[in-house]
Amino acid sequence: MVSKLDNAFSFQEQVLSLRANRQQVLAGNIANADTPHYKARDFDFSAALKDAVAGRSGGSLALTSTSARHLQGSGDSAPARLLYRKETQSSVDGNTVDMDVERAQFAENAIQYEAGITFMSGKIKALMSAIQGQ
Amino acid sequence: MSVFNVFHIAGGALTAQSTRLNAVASNLANADSVISADGKPYRAKQVVFEATPMQGAAAQGVRVQRVVEDNSPGRVIYDPRSPAADEKGYVTMPNVSVVDEMVNMISASRSYQTNAEVMNTAKQLLLKTLTLGQ
Repeated sequence: MVSKLDNAFSFQEQVLSLRANRQQVLAGNIANADTPHYKARDFDFSAALKDAVAGRSGGSLALTSTSARHLQGSGDSAPARLLYRKETQSSVDGNTVDMDVERAQFAENAIQYEAGITFMSGKIKALMSAIQGQ
Repeated sequence: MSVFNVFHIAGGALTAQSTRLNAVASNLANADSVISADGKPYRAKQVVFEATPMQGAAAQGVRVQRVVEDNSPGRVIYDPRSPAADEKGYVTMPNVSVVDEMVNMISASRSYQTNAEVMNTAKQLLLKTLTLGQ
C-alpha cells in the first residue's frame, strides 16, 4: 500500500528535485555574471529526467569491469550532467553569461517548478478524496 | 533542500557586489585626494571576483578573491600653488577614472538587483513547497 503511494508521487518528486537543482545552477550563473573567465552552465532537463526515471544518475559514470571481482565505483554522483552554454555574444573577459538568457531560463524554471507543485497538490487531493470516500 | 543553496549563491553574490560598490564609492570619494595615508596620491581600488564551488552542489557561487590597487600612472595637472606640487609646479592626481567608476557602479547595482530578485524567486518557490498538500 505504501509503495503504491510512493509510486504515485515518485515521478513528480523527481521532477521537482531536478527543477530545484536547475534553479541552483541558473542562480550560480546569474551570481557569476561579472566573474572573468566564468563559463555559464546548464543541463538538458528532459535527458536528466529520463535518466532519473530510469534510475540512472545522470552525472555518474560506472566503471567498466570484465570480472565480478573488479572494483565497483562510479564517478561523480551529481543529479545531472552539466553542460556549457553556447555563447551568442562573446565578451572581452571570457565570461559567457548572457543575462537575458539566464533570466529567461530562471523565470521559466521557476514557473515549471510551481507547475510541478500544482500537479503534486492535485494528486494529493485526489488520493485524499479516494481515501476518505466523501 | 537544494533550493536553500540558491540563497547561499545569491547571498554570496550580494556580498560580492556590495564590496564592489564600496570600492566604487571609495574611488569616487577620493578622485581628488592628492595625499592618502601613505603620503602618496590615492590609488584606485578594484575588486577581483572568483567563482567558487558550493558545498555538495554542482552550481558555483561567487566571492571577492582580493582587492587590488590600480598601478596605472595618475594624471598630472599644473598647479604651482598646491603644497603637493613638485619643483616645476606639477601635481600628480589619483589614477581614478570617474567614467569607469560610474560604469562600474551601474553594473554593480544592476547585478545586485538581479541577485535580490533571484532570492525573492527562491523564497516564493520554498513557500509554495510548504503549502504542498493543503
